[in-house]
Amino acid sequence: MASLIGFYSLVFGFCSSLLIFLFSIKNFKNSNIFDKKIIYLTFLQFFFVLVSFLGLIFSFVNSDFSNETVFNHSHTTKPLFYKISGTWGNHEGSLLLWLLVLTLFIFLFLLKSKEQIKKYRILTLLFQQIIIIGFFIFVIKTSNPFNYIFPIPNEGLGLNPILQDPALAIHPPILYLGYVGSSIIFSSTLAATSLNYISKEWAKHIKQWILVSWIFLTLGILLGSIWAYYELGWGGFWFWDPVENVSLMPWLALTTLLHCILVLEKKFALTSWVIILSISTFTLSMGGTFLVRSGILNSVHTFANDPERGLFILIFLFCLIFLSLFVFFFFHKNQNKEFNSFFWLSKESSILINNWFMMYFLTVVMIGTTYPIFLEVISSEKISVGPPFYNKLIIPFLIPFLFAMAIGPKLKWLKSNFVNKFYLIIFLIISLLLSVIIIRSFDINFLINSILLTSAFYLFFVTLRDFFTKKIKNLAQNIAHFGFSLLVLSILFNNILSTEIITNLRIGETFETEKFKINFENIEQKDEQNFKSIIGKFNVENSDGHVEILKPELRIYNQPNIVTSEADIKTNFFSDRFMTMSLVQNQDYFNIRYQVKPLMIWIWISVLLICFGGLKSLIKKRYEI
Amino acid sequence: MKFKILPIFFTIIFLIIFLIFYKGLQNPNIYTPKNNIQKNIPSFKVRIFDTTNEINSKEIFKDNQFYLMNIWASWCVPCRDEHTFLLDLNDQKNIKIIGLNYKDNNRSAKKFLKELGNPYNVILLDEDGTIAIEWGAYGVPESFLIYNKKIIKKIIGPLNENLLQEIKELIE
Amino acid sequence: MKNLKFIIIFLIIFSFNFSNAQDIDLQSKISKNLRCLICQGQSIHDSDSEFANSIKILVANKLNEGFSEKQIYDYLKGKYGEWISYDPEFNKNTYFLWLLPILMFLIGGAIIAKLFIIKKN
Repeated sequence: MASLIGFYSLVFGFCSSLLIFLFSIKNFKNSNIFDKKIIYLTFLQFFFVLVSFLGLIFSFVNSDFSNETVFNHSHTTKPLFYKISGTWGNHEGSLLLWLLVLTLFIFLFLLKSKEQIKKYRILTLLFQQIIIIGFFIFVIKTSNPFNYIFPIPNEGLGLNPILQDPALAIHPPILYLGYVGSSIIFSSTLAATSLNYISKEWAKHIKQWILVSWIFLTLGILLGSIWAYYELGWGGFWFWDPVENVSLMPWLALTTLLHCILVLEKKFALTSWVIILSISTFTLSMGGTFLVRSGILNSVHTFANDPERGLFILIFLFCLIFLSLFVFFFFHKNQNKEFNSFFWLSKESSILINNWFMMYFLTVVMIGTTYPIFLEVISSEKISVGPPFYNKLIIPFLIPFLFAMAIGPKLKWLKSNFVNKFYLIIFLIISLLLSVIIIRSFDINFLINSILLTSAFYLFFVTLRDFFTKKIKNLAQNIAHFGFSLLVLSILFNNILSTEIITNLRIGETFETEKFKINFENIEQKDEQNFKSIIGKFNVENSDGHVEILKPELRIYNQPNIVTSEADIKTNFFSDRFMTMSLVQNQDYFNIRYQVKPLMIWIWISVLLICFGGLKSLIKKRYEI
Repeated sequence: MKFKILPIFFTIIFLIIFLIFYKGLQNPNIYTPKNNIQKNIPSFKVRIFDTTNEINSKEIFKDNQFYLMNIWASWCVPCRDEHTFLLDLNDQKNIKIIGLNYKDNNRSAKKFLKELGNPYNVILLDEDGTIAIEWGAYGVPESFLIYNKKIIKKIIGPLNENLLQEIKELIE
Repeated sequence: MKNLKFIIIFLIIFSFNFSNAQDIDLQSKISKNLRCLICQGQSIHDSDSEFANSIKILVANKLNEGFSEKQIYDYLKGKYGEWISYDPEFNKNTYFLWLLPILMFLIGGAIIAKLFIIKKN
């Protein structure tokens, strides 16, 4: 029943999207007043998609296996929370989520843009509708979440335990609010370009949308990393896996866009660049969707790969690209009034430097992710591009980037000088000394590490000091930049100071090093709702006598037949202690991995700080320099 | 005319990118390294199953005839399915089947053979999987058709009717 | 007597674990740079599959035999192709891979420099 309602609601949504399209064209040509009916229709469109989405949720909750999607991805013994989150944890459901966010954002946009020019609002709507209609067709034709199967099975297939995790449950909705939310930036930029409306006023108006999308995207990526860290059992949080890169690329473009819009808000400059970045962000989002769902790339992603769907997205994506190219080259005229001269030591130029480096980072990630595809098509050679590539190309460039981040905000608009900036030099010396001491005491002989550490410390001290100045000029930006410095510092220290031990132990055995002693005390077996669990109890004593008990777990699921390893992680502000246990084929011992990861939690905290900076900017009443 | 170059340039670039992705979709995503065909068999020392004797690879494949080297394990489910084909192949005159017991337990392996039959001329022991890596194998089951100390054909996955026919034709 | 045997065995296992501490760093480094070929996007280090475990043992063996890091990569690439290594070599296949980003960086720099030079003129 719920599936039936869901399906028809989806179809009605599609019909209303077409209606909106026609109405908007009519309203565009005819009157000067924005037709209120259109807003109602947009709400109706969103409402239909919402009902459809709820219909799918109910089908999952009720374990309605006459619905093919529910059959494939759910199971009666799944806990309620995961039945609900299973709705968007599959290809069809996640596309419905795309539609939900697309239709929600355009409705909110129309509500919040009442002071804007009518033509601009309608054009934004039109461009967004093109995307929405494309997705409706995609869903109904190739990815229908409401396919009926008969005879109705008694039980579902979908019980992948790795997907049953709280972080993973909320990761898609949050990520999509960012990812898909950039569609509204795309549409409104194309609209503004066509009307020659790219201006300071437009920048002020679009900035809030950019911020919202950016905050959610950052949070979404954070949640994905946290999930990978806790759940995938190897203690890493970023692996340059294609799926991770695909979420990072729009983020890089969006962050660059955010900085550019700050310039555009104050000065009429960089208009072409803003347009290009807006288009790129959403294009990268869609391109990313293509890359991970079509099966063209090999990654840890859980969606079923289907080249037919891939083909649809590919064609749809390139239609949007060619449309954007057309709008840009045909309508965008570089105004003479545009401010084209930049003094080398000014805020504008530091934002240009930011752009320069960000685009470089974006190119690295983009080329690294897609190059294997190109190579394989052209020469049938298959290569892997992994962490070594990204580390080698990104880390050296982070150094000047961090310095620019520290100095840039200090520069004035138009022209700056070095009066009263003595402390900047002092901090540089302190950072340098600190880094050299740290690097030497840990006996790592990379020159780059110490310079990188210096630059990170520099940003850290400069932004930290600014918190204590009486008239802080831009609190939001300072929080975000401080957060970033904290992020780089935590990752660096985590990398330098982490230790890992891999060993085989039988029950009762002890493993000892200079730093600590691990005793495998015993094993406990438990029977849970949908799995059997084997919990190992380990006594870890470190060199100053502090004892901790860690209990990594092995879970043996029967449907499907998988064994998963649940790490036991003990966290505090200083470090994480991370332990996993795995079975060894045909042997009576277990393979144990114990890691001590200092400052792990600061990595998450720093990203939250960055988001908080964005949030602060959003709720700021007046714009300060 | 100058400003027309840029849009045309980008249009062409994106068209090319589109075509490459389009072709990329057509490619199957299974990776088979090309360099195994016509390659020499690896040289290694290995223990014989159920004994403490070691043998050199040169001795195993010394005769001028066809060999099929089959990687198997008692815990591998598809290996059960392909076993009948191996027994069939064993009846052929001009081929000898060499087994590589992969990461297995002696008792379970013997039970497997007792239950399903033993098509192997010799069985080699690969306790930790490193011998299979010498062959460039990914796991079980995998088979290698060998003649004249060269690998003629590599089969990833279990044997089936079609593959059996292919092999029979090749060894004529 | 039984206790003594037990203690001796225990000490052997104990010391075996201890002496391997240094090698493990290099081992981890190498296995993090290798792809688990039967997994969906995991490194040998992170994977617990049979294939990954065998490769880990092989790497340890080769290190003991005196192979250098590069030699181990070359050996495995010989068996499985370039795909197994996460660090792409710099050869005719990968010139664009490594050089294109640098090229873009230089182009970006040129564009920015032009903006400043325009002003001077």
